[in-house]
Amino acid sequence: MKNPITGLNKAFESRIRLGVMSILMVNEEVNFNDLKQMLEVTDGNLATHLVNLEENGYIKVHKGFVGKKTNTTYSVTKSGEKAFTDHITALENMIKGVK
Amino acid sequence: MSNQPQPTDSLKDIHDIRQIMERSSRFISLSGLSGIAAGVCALVASWFAYDWISEYYNRYNAIGHYEAEEFAKLKWNLMLMAGAVLVVALTSSFYFTWRKAKQDRQPIWNLAGRRLMWNMLVPLISGGLFILAMLQYNVWGFVAPACLIFYGLALVNASKYTVSDIRYLGYLEILLGLANMQYIGYGLYFWAFGFGVLHIVYGMMMWWKYERTN
Repeated sequence: MKNPITGLNKAFESRIRLGVMSILMVNEEVNFNDLKQMLEVTDGNLATHLVNLEENGYIKVHKGFVGKKTNTTYSVTKSGEKAFTDHITALENMIKGVK
Repeated sequence: MSNQPQPTDSLKDIHDIRQIMERSSRFISLSGLSGIAAGVCALVASWFAYDWISEYYNRYNAIGHYEAEEFAKLKWNLMLMAGAVLVVALTSSFYFTWRKAKQDRQPIWNLAGRRLMWNMLVPLISGGLFILAMLQYNVWGFVAPACLIFYGLALVNASKYTVSDIRYLGYLEILLGLANMQYIGYGLYFWAFGFGVLHIVYGMMMWWKYERTN
């Protein structure tokens, strides 16, 4: 998954996936609609990226109900947290590298 | 163009990440004008309350003894006004914050907004019910300190979900409420200072800090 030269995570090359991870790092549990609203993306687009992150084991999906409506919430996993911090460290190193 | 990520991209990524973390966890559209509006409402209400209470005591001294009917009238007038000022202050505060959220192109009812509301409401509603129960037992002296303390606690709690500046306003309200406990009977002055003057000063500072440039 990682780029051997920079240490950047390929999974976070997409701005939407990076955005999802950023939100889930600071919010325990966020539902689909709130993610959609904050990232300003379409349902289908967001769903695809969420599946990708889930397949990588970076996020957990919880299916629940509010009344009769389904309420799917997402949270970050331990390995997702690690992958994200590693990615940030790699970004920081790149910036430091230029100075 | 190479496919290697560039340092400038990294900077932008970090900037975006920080911004989205901030925006998703804190409600940033709180307007300073909301504070000023609430403060003005509180000062106007205090002025009326002061007027009615002095009028009551003037009549009390003229009659020379306690009249249950006179006291009941004052009590209801004060309670009706308290209800009215709460509604007006909340409406005007909501209006200015709603307006700022619209300018920021942020929905007011987003995740952070809902969380802020809930964390503010828990201490506020507890305080409100507590104070109503005090009135039920005719304990008037502690009403103003209780208002200040519960409101202060609500602000301190809410500050985790919005601009952190309101935490200091919360501390001041709590201190004022505790000080008022040593000067029972001067509640109206403490109340007017805490809800009126402090709100206006704070609202101005917040407006100066966050909204002036827009």
